[in-house]
Amino acid sequence: MSEDRDATDDHAPEAGTRYDQARWTDDGQYEPLLAEKDSTEVAVGDDAPLPDDLTRDSLELPDLSEPELARHYTRLSGMNYGVDSGPFPLGSCTMKYNPKFTERVAALPAAAVHPDRSATSVQGTLELQAELQGYLGRIGGMDAVTLQPPAGAAGEFTGIRIAAAYHEANGDDRTEVVIPDSAHGTNFATAAMAGFDVVELPSAEDGRVDIGALEAAVGEDTAALMLTNPNTLGLFERDIEEIAEIVHDAGGLLYYDGANLNALLGRARPGDMGFDVMHYNVHKTFATPHGGGGPGAGPVGVTEELAAFLPTPHVRQQADGSGYERYEPERSIGKVHGFSGNWLVLVRAFAYIARLGDAGLADASARAVLNANYLASRIDYEVPYGPFHHEFVASAGEQDAADAAKRMLDYGVHPPTTKWPEIVDEALMTEPTEAEGKGSLDDLAAAFDAVAAEDDATLDAAPERTAARRIDQVSAAREPRLSWHALEE
Amino acid sequence: MTRQRRGSPYAPGDTDDTAAMLDAIGVEGVEDLFDIPDSVRFDGELGVEPRSERDARRLVERTLGRNDELTEFMGRGHYDHYVPALVDDLASRQEFLTSYTQYQPEVAQGFLQALFEYQSMLVELTGLGVANCSMYDAATALGEAATLSQRVRSVSGERILVPDQLREGKREVLAAYADGPDLSVETYPTAEGTVDVDGLADALDDDAAMVYAETPTVCGAIEPDLGAVGELADDHDALFVLGSDPVALALLERPADVGADVVVGEASALGAGTAYGMGTGLFATRAEYLRQVPGRLVGIGSDATDRRAFTLTLQTREQHIRKERATSNICTNQALMALRTAVHVATLGPDGLVGLAEDCVSLARDLATRLDEVSGLQAPVNDRHHFREFQAHTDQPAAAVASDLESEGFAVHVVGEHRIQVCVTDANEPAIDRFVDAMAEVA
Repeated sequence: MSEDRDATDDHAPEAGTRYDQARWTDDGQYEPLLAEKDSTEVAVGDDAPLPDDLTRDSLELPDLSEPELARHYTRLSGMNYGVDSGPFPLGSCTMKYNPKFTERVAALPAAAVHPDRSATSVQGTLELQAELQGYLGRIGGMDAVTLQPPAGAAGEFTGIRIAAAYHEANGDDRTEVVIPDSAHGTNFATAAMAGFDVVELPSAEDGRVDIGALEAAVGEDTAALMLTNPNTLGLFERDIEEIAEIVHDAGGLLYYDGANLNALLGRARPGDMGFDVMHYNVHKTFATPHGGGGPGAGPVGVTEELAAFLPTPHVRQQADGSGYERYEPERSIGKVHGFSGNWLVLVRAFAYIARLGDAGLADASARAVLNANYLASRIDYEVPYGPFHHEFVASAGEQDAADAAKRMLDYGVHPPTTKWPEIVDEALMTEPTEAEGKGSLDDLAAAFDAVAAEDDATLDAAPERTAARRIDQVSAAREPRLSWHALEE
Repeated sequence: MTRQRRGSPYAPGDTDDTAAMLDAIGVEGVEDLFDIPDSVRFDGELGVEPRSERDARRLVERTLGRNDELTEFMGRGHYDHYVPALVDDLASRQEFLTSYTQYQPEVAQGFLQALFEYQSMLVELTGLGVANCSMYDAATALGEAATLSQRVRSVSGERILVPDQLREGKREVLAAYADGPDLSVETYPTAEGTVDVDGLADALDDDAAMVYAETPTVCGAIEPDLGAVGELADDHDALFVLGSDPVALALLERPADVGADVVVGEASALGAGTAYGMGTGLFATRAEYLRQVPGRLVGIGSDATDRRAFTLTLQTREQHIRKERATSNICTNQALMALRTAVHVATLGPDGLVGLAEDCVSLARDLATRLDEVSGLQAPVNDRHHFREFQAHTDQPAAAVASDLESEGFAVHVVGEHRIQVCVTDANEPAIDRFVDAMAEVA
């Protein structure tokens, strides 16, 4: 135990004092459903400017005044925890603070144009797209970038389809995608969705890619290796150049899952490591709100060799420099979104990068990495592997990680990702991000340690101080009730 | 001058704290924490100058300011309805805005309830048993419906039938989703902007896994005989997938009543606007396909005190649990957009939503009538009821008409050599008189 430990005793939390969750506190009464407050069934079609046989008979919806609705949703928001509420160290999700000015920028009327507008009439939009493509290309070390994929998983799908199209163009029939066992679930789902067989790669003792296993796994059927670097344990794949060589020698492509890019800004670039194609989770790395699960945006960067396969439309400066144009890359894979992706998220990403610049981006990574290592060094739980980049995976040991996480809620902080990756027993995958200062990290460490010292009975009973107590997810799945109509039955 | 600290303004950075943290870790400097081989270290410049918040905002304003200010009479899947201020205000609350997927439901009850209410509204609008809490957009929702059709169909078959007038973007996204499972996307004919029922009957056989139709269609026509489409699909044991949006569904016959098995489409018509094509994919289906649904579902459960509580449910369908056997790879979805749609629907209420839908019919009808009186224009081209939009014939080349219209400050779609498409909603309604005048100038 370090000397610092004593100095931070005043951070030792008591559940339910200074760490209270925001919650609806009216004696256990929940905010009723809108439908339970006041609904009205209206007849439809009586006065409609359409014949009867084209219209429905009736429609029943909540029928409330604006102040009632304002209170309804404000109460709901009080039962919800966001990044501005407190620490949100959810591993692999990069829950950074979201600058407020980017919200204003995304709300500019000029951002809200129709996607079918002529190129000449939306030169500003096209210029911003081209500039952001340039920013992302330089950050990732990639030659060309498409902004179209509307989320990280959609970026994966785009990248894997590009890889497929590349092999097909070479007359090369490759059927397998190799993925480490520690990878995000989306990698596996994406490869399958794109029609590939998945070859799972076991991790080595040190938590990194097992070079021997990789050599055995790749071959003439390998279309690509999908890799996160640093990986989900927060470890940098130091042998990345050798990995790239093995994959390339087999004729496969190297795909970079950008979920963990926040650790590398300005210090290392996937393109320089030998990656051929990558996606960026701009809503993680470039700090736009996660919105309770989206929208995100998952731009994809590729090397020169793959640029012809990017989705359409792509945007570029006109050859004579007079303006910007949309065009279809020569061997485009087509489209992965109805138009150009989640535009307003991209506007936020552009504004964020323009605000921080080189120095700010590099600083963001430096502090994210500093914070992860500091927190890892402070907590009582065992932290295997290392050294870490922006996240680490602790082990809850004898405790059940999911129970420990529920108890952390009582200390007013959002818990880490639990039970994943599976290569660590009772995993607590923790990513504090650069948004936390030392005081906040000390609080967080104190919450970890308080939970680490508690017995199973306490953890089983948690959480006690949240809007809802422990929710039985098994019974919710056994008898699904998915709309207020299901409650009437 | 605003003081500009070097580094990220969004990271607390007290130097004494940093020193103490480095000391606790046992390293000299932050650089020692980066476990990156020298050979792949980046020592170049990204070339982005740091800016103050004010300057970064000005940069975006200046760049986007290069867009022409046009009054848009455009639709074809992306619609601009007035968004009540309440929607922006509530969706901006940080507890919604800055939260994550509800993996810890005990501290996410608010968002979960809002998404449950969104699902409930779609169930009411579609008449189908289950709705998920969003896909990316209408095109990807259609792609997911295609792969679902293959999973649920009792006999094999790989043909996906779509109308020949399907928007190219949707068709290409559908093709991307269909490629992995080897489905083939084929077209059936339309007439007067809606399904040619006889043509569809000819195109159908027992290899068809899915039939897709839209109402209103891409050209704004309301399908006059969806029941016949549903029956044809049923005869061949093909899934009937219907594309629409929540405004139209408030007025038009219930998809469940015409035999729809899945409803997909854009919810962004409420709560989001055109946003350069950013969407909110809606997805609803019959309860019997529940375990094959892509994306997230919010359900009701109970907590340890037996009180009603909300949670993500049936997650064993999802990628983070099922990996390569998941129903979809979707993870991040459009949750905040779904919340915006729900608040918008709630703000309108039943009368308001139906009234908005009725306006979409009468505004389009009235504008078509007025444009038809303009010399050089005939509108609407299709002898159908229309919703929000319709096509018009131009005696002059359509591209020239549209280009001249731009100089008058208006944007429309060019959809053929002598055909434009015009969309009218509550958002551009105040500009109708000026628009008709401009049309008279250029047509």
